[in-house]
Amino acid sequence: MSRRLLVLIPYLWLTALFLVPFIIVLKISLSDYAISIPPYTPQLDIAGGWAAVKDFFTALDLENYWFLTEDDLYWKAYLSSLQIAALSTLFTLIVAFPIAYGMANAPDHWRPTLLMLVILPFWTSFLIRIYAWIGILSNDGFLNQLLQWIGLTSEPLTILNTNVAVYIGIVYAYLPFMVLPIYSTLEKLDGSLLEAAQDLGCSRTSAFWLVTVRLAKPGIIAGCFLVFIPALGEFVIPSLLGGSDTLMIGKVLWEEFFSNRDWPVASAVAIILLILLIVPIVLFQRNEQAQREADQ
Amino acid sequence: MRRFTWFNAISLTFGFAFLYIPMVILVIYSFNASKLVTVWAGFSTKWYGELLSNQAFIDAAWVTLKVAVISSTVATILGTMAAFVLVRSGRFFGRTLFSGMIYAPLVMPEVITGLSLLLLFIAIGLDRGVFTIVLAHATFSMCFVSVVVSSRMASFDRSLEEAAYDLGCTGFDAFKSVTLPIIAPAVISGWLLAFTLSLDDLVIASFTAGPSATTLPIKIFSSVRLGVSPEINALSTIIIALVTMGVVAASLASKRAIVRQHREEQLADK
Repeated sequence: MSRRLLVLIPYLWLTALFLVPFIIVLKISLSDYAISIPPYTPQLDIAGGWAAVKDFFTALDLENYWFLTEDDLYWKAYLSSLQIAALSTLFTLIVAFPIAYGMANAPDHWRPTLLMLVILPFWTSFLIRIYAWIGILSNDGFLNQLLQWIGLTSEPLTILNTNVAVYIGIVYAYLPFMVLPIYSTLEKLDGSLLEAAQDLGCSRTSAFWLVTVRLAKPGIIAGCFLVFIPALGEFVIPSLLGGSDTLMIGKVLWEEFFSNRDWPVASAVAIILLILLIVPIVLFQRNEQAQREADQ
Repeated sequence: MRRFTWFNAISLTFGFAFLYIPMVILVIYSFNASKLVTVWAGFSTKWYGELLSNQAFIDAAWVTLKVAVISSTVATILGTMAAFVLVRSGRFFGRTLFSGMIYAPLVMPEVITGLSLLLLFIAIGLDRGVFTIVLAHATFSMCFVSVVVSSRMASFDRSLEEAAYDLGCTGFDAFKSVTLPIIAPAVISGWLLAFTLSLDDLVIASFTAGPSATTLPIKIFSSVRLGVSPEINALSTIIIALVTMGVVAASLASKRAIVRQHREEQLADK
């Protein structure tokens, strides 16, 4: 009895607040825009009996999805989100790997402190960490002051409100997600493997590529997904650091909903974003599964 | 043959500089006398004064705190239950759907979670306010809690529980005096995670908060959109200080707990 209750309570909660809302989004994405409250038709009218239910289903169509393919704003936003997410994942990897490598090679008694230093920003407000970059990247900001003081530029560079600022923001915000999985694979790495490789005639560089990087691969892949997946639907970073020409799908969805009040199109945008996310999520799950099996 | 090379030292220095310099600048300039955030004009704490006399911020902070405490507590209870179901229940009808619903919110973009919950609240005619934010936060953080707790439970020695039953414990007694103390660290870190997720959340709260309730992130976001302001720097400094103290205290406490547990285990082995 109590065991059944234990299953039932979280089950019902998630069904009511995760599954049902999702079905509503799906349904509204197939509805039409209407100037009323709520701003879409058709409404399901169960009191009307079977005929009304049948009317309801026949009134649903894929019109909003056709609309998304016709207006190039949307597919450009999807493409540019994919591009920004992929490139910033690569940049995050380039920044994160040396940090994780340094941590793994650090003396044992430093490691807990280093680990805490990487995790600490994660606990600090995301919004505040992004906000901090506005003051650094603006035209009279600290970066421009520094560059002019060194003499690298005479004119301030425009960085804030461009895609460059978005890349910087994503790398900064998601760095811990990349460092931690790479560190955890590098930490387990058996140092004698490197010795063996060098005894067998590898140079230190090729031993690094053949042993260290190869063995860190599961961590690198996990880190890449952990950055890519949230970056694709990111809203805060493009809206605070990006410019009006920064197209990211999270921002488009937000504006479609709050500014244009077009709920059916906003819902269709959401459904396509989810479809795009399925591939990386499934690949990520496979990687995790493979790693778990390798650990056993 | 691990060696800490110059390359390692340099990359750690640059890496941590990159992570921390923006926050350090933020903190320093919260004590700036000038309204211009990028020009230093002497030390002053006046922005803290202005912040504390700004009723809108104080109200938003209370709402945020209330939402975070309630939602993380609900999320911890539900998440722990879900973890039990995931690890212990074996096969039951709809298990795949259940684990799917636990893992999906972890990777769901926040804009979609927010949108879908808002559409639900409107469909059932629920007035948006503190209550709806609590529901939304509890739902997505319970999934994080259940992941944290179930990873701890997977390494749980069930013979301890069986021993408790053999010694005459009822189900709930065994849970209270054996299971709970063992999974407690995971439950506590789950609660802390849920708490910070709730404190931090802008997107889902923006969708699910009605005009009657404004949380701190919503307030910060709307004023940051107008540009950098020293009041926000002061607020950020307070938040960073609180978080740093919290994390350091929590890690010291957990270190002490591990040492104590280790000692008890050694005593038990003798």
